[in-house]
Amino acid sequence: MVLAIILVLLVIGSVLFHFLSPWYLTPIASNWGFIDDTLTITFIVCGFVFVVINLFLAYCVYRFRYSKDRRAEYEPENKRLEWWLTAFTTVGVVAMLAPGLFVWAKYVDVPEEASLVEAVGKQWSWSYRYPGEDGILGTVDVRHIDAKNPFGMNPDDPNGQDDVLVSGSEFHLPLGDPVKVLLRSKDVLHDFYVPQIRAKMDLVPGMITYFWFTPTLAGTYDVLCAELCGSGHYNMRSRMVLEDEADFRAWLATQPTFADTQTVQVATVSGSPEEQGRQIAESQGCMGCHSIDGSPGVGPTWKELAGRTEELADGSAVIVDDAYLVESIVAPNATIVAGYPPIMPAYQLDDAQLAALIAYLNSL
Amino acid sequence: MAITDVAHDAVDYVRPAEVAEEELYHPKTWLGKYVFSQDAKIIALQYSMTAMAVGLIALVLSVLMRLQLGFPGVFSFITPDAYIQFVTMHGMIMVIYLLTALFLGGFGNYLIPLMVGARDMVFPYVNMISYWIYLFAVILLLASFFVPGGPTGAGWTLYPPQTILPGTPGADWGILLMLVSLAFFVIGFTMGGLNYVVTVLQARTRGMTLMRMPLTVWGIFTATVLALFAFPALFVAAIMMTLDSVIGTSFFMPAIVSMGQTLDYSGGSPVLFQHLFWFFGHPEVYIVALPAFGIISELISVHARKNIFGYRLMVWAIVVIGGLSFIVWAHHMYVSGMNPYFGFFFATTTLIIAVPTAIKVYNWVLTLWRGNIKLTVPMLFAIGFVFTFINGGLTGIFLGNVIVDVPLSDTYFVVAHFHMVMAVSPVLAVFGAVYHWYPKITGRMLHEGMGKFHFWVTFVGLYCIYYPMHYLGIMGVPRRYYANEGSTGLPDWIPESAQVLNAGISIAAIVVASVQLVFLYNLAVSTTRGKRAGDNPWGATTLEWQTSTTPPTHGNFGKELPSVYRWAYDYSVPGAKDDFIPQNVPAGQETGDAR
Ligand code: HEM
Ligand SMILES: [Cu+2]
Ligand SMILES: [Cu+2]
Repeated sequence: MVLAIILVLLVIGSVLFHFLSPWYLTPIASNWGFIDDTLTITFIVCGFVFVVINLFLAYCVYRFRYSKDRRAEYEPENKRLEWWLTAFTTVGVVAMLAPGLFVWAKYVDVPEEASLVEAVGKQWSWSYRYPGEDGILGTVDVRHIDAKNPFGMNPDDPNGQDDVLVSGSEFHLPLGDPVKVLLRSKDVLHDFYVPQIRAKMDLVPGMITYFWFTPTLAGTYDVLCAELCGSGHYNMRSRMVLEDEADFRAWLATQPTFADTQTVQVATVSGSPEEQGRQIAESQGCMGCHSIDGSPGVGPTWKELAGRTEELADGSAVIVDDAYLVESIVAPNATIVAGYPPIMPAYQLDDAQLAALIAYLNSL
Repeated sequence: MAITDVAHDAVDYVRPAEVAEEELYHPKTWLGKYVFSQDAKIIALQYSMTAMAVGLIALVLSVLMRLQLGFPGVFSFITPDAYIQFVTMHGMIMVIYLLTALFLGGFGNYLIPLMVGARDMVFPYVNMISYWIYLFAVILLLASFFVPGGPTGAGWTLYPPQTILPGTPGADWGILLMLVSLAFFVIGFTMGGLNYVVTVLQARTRGMTLMRMPLTVWGIFTATVLALFAFPALFVAAIMMTLDSVIGTSFFMPAIVSMGQTLDYSGGSPVLFQHLFWFFGHPEVYIVALPAFGIISELISVHARKNIFGYRLMVWAIVVIGGLSFIVWAHHMYVSGMNPYFGFFFATTTLIIAVPTAIKVYNWVLTLWRGNIKLTVPMLFAIGFVFTFINGGLTGIFLGNVIVDVPLSDTYFVVAHFHMVMAVSPVLAVFGAVYHWYPKITGRMLHEGMGKFHFWVTFVGLYCIYYPMHYLGIMGVPRRYYANEGSTGLPDWIPESAQVLNAGISIAAIVVASVQLVFLYNLAVSTTRGKRAGDNPWGATTLEWQTSTTPPTHGNFGKELPSVYRWAYDYSVPGAKDDFIPQNVPAGQETGDAR
C-alpha cells in the first residue's frame, strides 16, 4: 500500500516538477528551434510512457499484494501481448528517431553562403579569427605559435595577412546570416558552448571541427567550455555578442589584422594604467586561472596580492613587491607558490604593458 | 500453451551425476581456507568486500564533491584541482572497481556454480589468482592518492591529450598508476571471466539446459562475454597512452603548444582514443546493467510468487542487447568532432536497443500482474529498480537521438541520466540481491526493519537527488565544473534558485550516504544476531536454495549433484502442493511431498 502510494506520488511529483520548475531551456538565440521541437516530441513520448508504466506498476503492487489464500496466476508467455508491446514500442521509437535524424541532416549540412569565424581554444581562454576582406582564412600551424604570433598564422600566406584577430574576452556576430564556426585547439580538448544557440562542438587539437548556426536574437551571451580541459575548465569563459550587421561591421573595423599585429604595436588598450592593465589581463586570458575577488582558482587570487607574504614551494617565503610580480609574469616557474602546480606559461610583454599590469595588480 | 517445452520439455529420469570428492582441492590450513582460498564462494566474498571498501571511498568522494557544489567556496580544502580529482576517482572506482568487480567477481563467483549446479568454478586456482590481481589493481589505484601531484583529474574517460599534460592534476604519477592499475584489472578480470564463461558452458549439472538457467546466470554470463570482448580495447588504449606519456610516442597526441611550450608530439589522434575508450565504455554500461537485469528478474519472480513473464524473450533480450551494445559506442561522441555522418548510424542503432530494453521492463511489470506480491526488502529494492530504470532508460533516448544530444551533452542532464541507469538502478539491484542472498551466504536473515528504513531513504533520496538534476542540465549547466561562477561571475542564465537546488541536492546526498551506515551495521550484526534462515527462506526454486547445508560447504552440494527437471520459474503452478517447485523436483512429484 505505502509503496503504491509513494510510486504514484513520485510520478505526480515528477510531472508537476516538469511543468512548475523554474529551470528549463534558456531563451533560444539561433535557428535551432528544431532542436527544441525534437526535444519536446521526445518529452511527450517518453513522458507518456513514464506515467503509464509507472502507474501500472503502482496499480499491480497495490492490487496483487500478498494474500495467503490466493495463488498467483501461472502464465509463462503470451505471444500476442508480447508482439503488441514490441510493435507499439517500435512505433514510439520511430516517432522520435525520424524527426531527430531529419534535423540532424540539417545540422550537418552547412549552407554555402555561411560566413566564417574561427574560435581558438587554449587552456583556459578563447580567441577568435575572422577571414578579413578576402573571405579566406590564412593557413595556420602549431609550429608558428609564439608570443608574437599566438594564432600560429603562417607568415608567408597572403590569405592570412588580412585575417582579423581577436584575442579578447569578447567576439561579435551579425544577426540573420548563417555562420560556420570553425574550431581549433592549441592544446587539449575543449568544447565551444553557448547554451542559447543549442549547437555545440568539441575543439580537437590536430584537427579542425565545425558547426553552424544563424544568430537570431540580439544580446550578449556567455561562452563556456563544455569538455573537461584541466584545472581551469570551469573558468574558461568569453562572451559572444549578437548584433545587427552595421554594429558588427563597426566593431570588426576596430580589431587588428594579422599584418597589423606583426608590424606596429597597435594600441588596443586605452584609459588609466589600471584600466589598461585590466584589459591586458583579460585579453591574455589571465583570468582563466586567477580570481580578483579572493575565490580559489588554478593560480593564487589577485585580491590583495601586493604586499602579501607568499609561501613558496621550496619552503621559503617572499613579500610580494613589483619585482616579484614582474618575475612571476615573465618567468613564472622561477618561484612557485606552495600548493600550486608549475603550469603558468611565461608571457612576453613589453615594458609599458608590464607597467600597466603591475598598476592594475596593485589596485586590487 | 507453447511454454510447455520450456518448462517441462519431456525429461525422463536422469541419472544424478556423482562427482568424486578428490576432484576438489580441499585446503588443510586456515590460510588456505579463508585467504588463499580456491572456493568460489570465499573468492566471491573477498571480491565483494574489497569492492565495497573502495566503493565507500568513492561514496565519500561524492559527498565531498556535493559539498563543494552545494556550498561553493565554504570548504577551502576543495580546490579546483581537488574537485576534478574527486570526480575522476569517484567515477572510475564506482564503475570499474566497485560495480564491475561486485557483479562479476562477487555475484558471479557466488551464484554461477550454485545456480547451475556445479561444485565450483572450472578453474579454481585461476579464480583465486584473479582476485589477488584485482586486489593489486585496487592498491595501485589507491596509491595514487599518496604520490606527488595526487591522483589523476582527467575525468573517468581519461581523454588525451589533457590526461598527460601539466594543466591536469596528476599528469605525471597519478595517471600512470591509473593506467597500470586498469591494465592489471583487465588481466585479473580476464582470468575470472574465462572461468565464468567456461563454467556456464561446461559445468552445468544434468538437465540444466541453457534455456532452463535462471536469468541471473544469463545476465552475468552475457555480461562476462561482453567484458571479455570490450576490456581489450581499454587495455590497449591504456598501454598506448602509457607509451605516449613515458616514452613520447604519439598515438593520441597531435602537435601541441601546451602552456606556452611547443611539445615534441605530432600526428596522433585524440579521437582515436575516444573510439577505443567507448568501444569498451558502452558495453561497460551493460556489463553493469545485464547482471542487474538478471538479478531483478529473479527477485521479482521469487517474491511475487509468479513465473517470470516471457522467459524466452527475456533471454533473447539480454543476448540482443549484449550484441547491439558493440555497435552503438559512438553515441558518446556526437559532438567529439568525428565525421558527423556517423551520427545517423549510431543514433539508429542506439534507439533500436530501446526496443529489447523496453521489453524487459514490460515483462517485469507483467510478472507482477496477477502475482501474489510479498513486499519483502529484496522486493522493495527490485520495484525501486524498475522505477528508476524506467526513468533512466527513457532519458537515454534523449541522449541517443543525436540531435537531442547536442544541447544536452556534457551537461548535468548527462550526469543525471547515467546515475539513474548505471548508478542508482544497479546499486538498488545490488542491495536487493544482498538482502535476498545474505541468508544463503550466512545462514541468517538481515534485520527487516533496518532493511526497510534503508530502502526508503535510499530510494526516495536518490530519486530526489537525480530527478531535478536533469533540469539543471536542460537549462545548460555543464558537468565537471568546480563552480558555475567563473571570474566573470555567474552566467546570467543561471538563476540564484539553481544554487538553492544544488544545496538541496547536496543535503539529500549527505542523508543518503549516511544511511548506508545502517546497511553496513545490519550486515555486520546480522551475521551473529540475525534470525536463522534455514535452507530456503523465500521458497525459491533455483538450485542454490536446495543445498543441504546453509551456508553451502566447499563443493556446494552433498555427495550427489542435483539433477534439473524444469525451468527456474515454477511458481504457483496450478495443482502443485506448494506455490513453488524447485528445479530439482522431477515431473510428477510436485503434488506430493516435494521437498
Ligand atoms: C550517493 C551516491 C552518488 C552521488 C551523490 C554521486 C555524485 C556525483 C557527482 C557530484 C559527480 C560529479 C559531477 C560533475 O561535476 O560532473 C559524479 C560523477 C560521476 N559518478 Fe557519481 N555519485 C553517486 C554514486 C555513483 C555511483 C554508484 C556510480 C556508479 C556507476 C557513479 C558514477 C559516476 C560517474 C561515472 C561519474 C562521472 C565522472 C566523470 O565525470 O569523470 N556515481 N557523481
Ligand atoms: Cu576548455
Ligand atoms: Cu553508451
